[in-house]
Amino acid sequence: MHAFAELLDRLVLTPQRNAKIKLMADYFRSAPDPDRGYALASLAGTLTLSTVKPQLLKQLVLERMDEVLFQYSYDYVGDLAETISLVWEPAGDGTLEPIDLSLGAIVRKLQSASRADVHGVVRTLLDQLDGSSRFAFLKLITGGMRIGVSARLVKQALADMGGVDVVEIETLWHGLEPPYLDLFRWLEGKSEKPSLSMPAVFHSVMLATPLAESDVAALDPADFAAEWKWDGIRVQFANLAGTRRLYSRSGDDISGAFPDILDAATFEGIIDGELLVGGTMRSNRATRSFSDLQQRLNRKTVTRKMLEEYPAFIRGYDLLFAGEEDIRGRNFVERRERLEAVIDASPPDRFDLSPLVPFSSWEELDSLRRAPPDPVIEGIMLKRLDSPYTAGRMKGPWFKWKRDPYNVDAVLMYAQRGHGKRSSYYSDFTFGVWTDKDGADALVPVGKAYFGFTDAELEILDRYVRENTIERFGPVRSLRAEPDHGFVVEVAFEGINFSTRHKSGVAMRFPRIARLRQDKLPREADRLETLTAMIAAPEPP
Amino acid sequence: MKPEALLYSTPRGLYCERGDFYIDPVQPVERALITHGHADHARSGHAKVLATRETLDIMAIRYGETFCGEAQSIALGERLSINGVTVSFYPAGHVLGSAQIRVEAEGTRIVVSGDYKRRRDPTCAGFEPVPCDVFITEATFGLPVFHHPDDKDEIAKLLTSLRQFPERTHLVGAYALGKAQRVIALLREAGYHEPIFIHGALAKLCTYYQECGIPLGDLRPATIEGGDRQSFAGQIVIGPPAAFADRWARRFPDPLAIFASGWMLVRQRAKQRGVELPMIISDHCDWPELLATITEIAPSQVWVTHGREEALVRWCELQGIPARPLHLVGYEDEGD
Repeated sequence: MHAFAELLDRLVLTPQRNAKIKLMADYFRSAPDPDRGYALASLAGTLTLSTVKPQLLKQLVLERMDEVLFQYSYDYVGDLAETISLVWEPAGDGTLEPIDLSLGAIVRKLQSASRADVHGVVRTLLDQLDGSSRFAFLKLITGGMRIGVSARLVKQALADMGGVDVVEIETLWHGLEPPYLDLFRWLEGKSEKPSLSMPAVFHSVMLATPLAESDVAALDPADFAAEWKWDGIRVQFANLAGTRRLYSRSGDDISGAFPDILDAATFEGIIDGELLVGGTMRSNRATRSFSDLQQRLNRKTVTRKMLEEYPAFIRGYDLLFAGEEDIRGRNFVERRERLEAVIDASPPDRFDLSPLVPFSSWEELDSLRRAPPDPVIEGIMLKRLDSPYTAGRMKGPWFKWKRDPYNVDAVLMYAQRGHGKRSSYYSDFTFGVWTDKDGADALVPVGKAYFGFTDAELEILDRYVRENTIERFGPVRSLRAEPDHGFVVEVAFEGINFSTRHKSGVAMRFPRIARLRQDKLPREADRLETLTAMIAAPEPP
Repeated sequence: MKPEALLYSTPRGLYCERGDFYIDPVQPVERALITHGHADHARSGHAKVLATRETLDIMAIRYGETFCGEAQSIALGERLSINGVTVSFYPAGHVLGSAQIRVEAEGTRIVVSGDYKRRRDPTCAGFEPVPCDVFITEATFGLPVFHHPDDKDEIAKLLTSLRQFPERTHLVGAYALGKAQRVIALLREAGYHEPIFIHGALAKLCTYYQECGIPLGDLRPATIEGGDRQSFAGQIVIGPPAAFADRWARRFPDPLAIFASGWMLVRQRAKQRGVELPMIISDHCDWPELLATITEIAPSQVWVTHGREEALVRWCELQGIPARPLHLVGYEDEGD
């Protein structure tokens, strides 16, 4: 546990990407199995432990400690897990029965503990771990590492460790499980590359990088196919050897909520596509919006009524496996031909093909992008004709060329403190626009944003919050927001829809604070009518 | 006599009216007793100064020979009478020359600990518990969160990083008096015998430590000779923390920011300062050591000063020990 704790301590404070990779690769080289496998899982987010509630931890610490002293400490440190790891005084005097404190042993102990045992297990471990390990342990069981390491970065460290390409790791990834013994054996050259036993497992998807204006000049239109980027969710559908699975882009199994699609499949293989609701092109009915699709998302099961009202289908982008044959190494043109054949033979109400967009110059494509033929289109995808299907996001083979974001000027209304390294800053903002209320102008909240600004801008926002609070509701501060006194921000967002869940009647997608507009007075901010007008408009103003 | 009559705090510092002297005054006074050489405790411009030999030498190095009108040294354990008040100095274990000061009159004994620590430190004499009626303790790290780890482990972190990142300059921030020399001595004890490069602000004090018989090994100025920046790759460079934000730090290739301080225990603190490798090495007591010291000395009263008074006062109350905060102004923690 100690080595893992030291790794976490270093990762938290190391800003450089390459240094992080080095720290992780060195750890994977030196730590034993299965510890390193569980460490890998916790960093990559694949470790499943039933988490322990903060309340329980607080109870444990107060068994031994004066509440006032604990409160002084918590106020000073700010983070509950860190406070407890620091104030914990082991009971006893070296007479504790020693237990196995390796990461692997701790994970197994937690996994096998019953709900009633958890209390005691956590207390015993806190008693025996050293300070740094206590912190790592508490982070592990409260389920939030927040150490600035993405799964992708961890895989890069594995690739460095074994001297292999990160694509190989991505390709294998979803067929493997903690504690990843086969993976490490292979990376250390002690065995062959693990083979995937079940073909219907999720295969990491190929992702596109955003197309920058500066990229365009260097690219030849003749090398690329273009297709629409549909505004649903990216999925992978596998039907092999009697197993049918629908996976989200990140590999979550969402089969349970989509029996309509699962039952309809007639082909064997794995396709990559967009999950949408409404009519397919082949049925000549309209594809419906993302907010309609949302009715079907994040559900474990689905009712008959939902199935009728929001029929789901897959719009095919790519074919990874034709039957059991892995065709990811073939080029886009070949895969596309095989995909067309597969879709052609499938039920027309559940599967269709994302059409290619013919074009001869970037200018032509740009004007098509600005005026897409369907409101459910959010941009254009560019795919190199000679590109194989490679897992992960690499620059070059695939680009996404999105519609420009929408923008509105809004007024900050409420602020809440952030988490982690932002715990001392007010960094989560609710913003609003003007609307008519009983004949007078009033602000109505239309969204929340907690990123988009720079660190320097955050300082400005934080100061504004502290100096202009008019009321507090628990952690939330209500801010001064009047026509002539308030803070205007330019909010950028990807889309907007009607919503019955929000007071304003609208919901934004992916809102972020694009610019601080200290040059504007709140009275100059936008009105709700401007936002509702955007919903019908296919093109942002 | 009542202890409050023997010593009380004034805007100029802790004052003994009967003896007409101040302890660690923050403004120039007629007679000052100084616990140790950190700038917030030892200021220049007093008429008379009484302190240990080392503290007087350190003040002369920092402020010049004319730092006071008349300097008088006192040996540890020596008893001296000032206007009928007996004063004596005992080691505090904080930095070279640091002392606690005991003030006695009419059977009332007050110990002013100054800054102190209980850990072993190869660069100064260890703390000695002194019986007293009132113990005035500092509380720099007076919160239950502070548990300083073993300094050997902290030094090992630095040595591990040198092996992991041999292309980076390991820039260690450490206070010029005490911490810097302690870090160097600990590195030597851990078997690191390469040259260590030091910022100019450390040079005279390091030389003084060596003259006092504390071996620090091969120290060299951290200046670029012949313009070869790369010669610092994989080396340890030690400087005062303030220099790191300075242009000075830019001369080193790919510097890795390290800070040797008790504050580094709290991760957010380290992060806010942009420290990549915190070394939790403190010249003050941590929480358990503060409690152990009070328990060991068993004074009838505890007065708590600079730091987090409220938590330590609370703890004393829970133990049934009369305690109160002593609000002294003007002390920052230079030597934490």
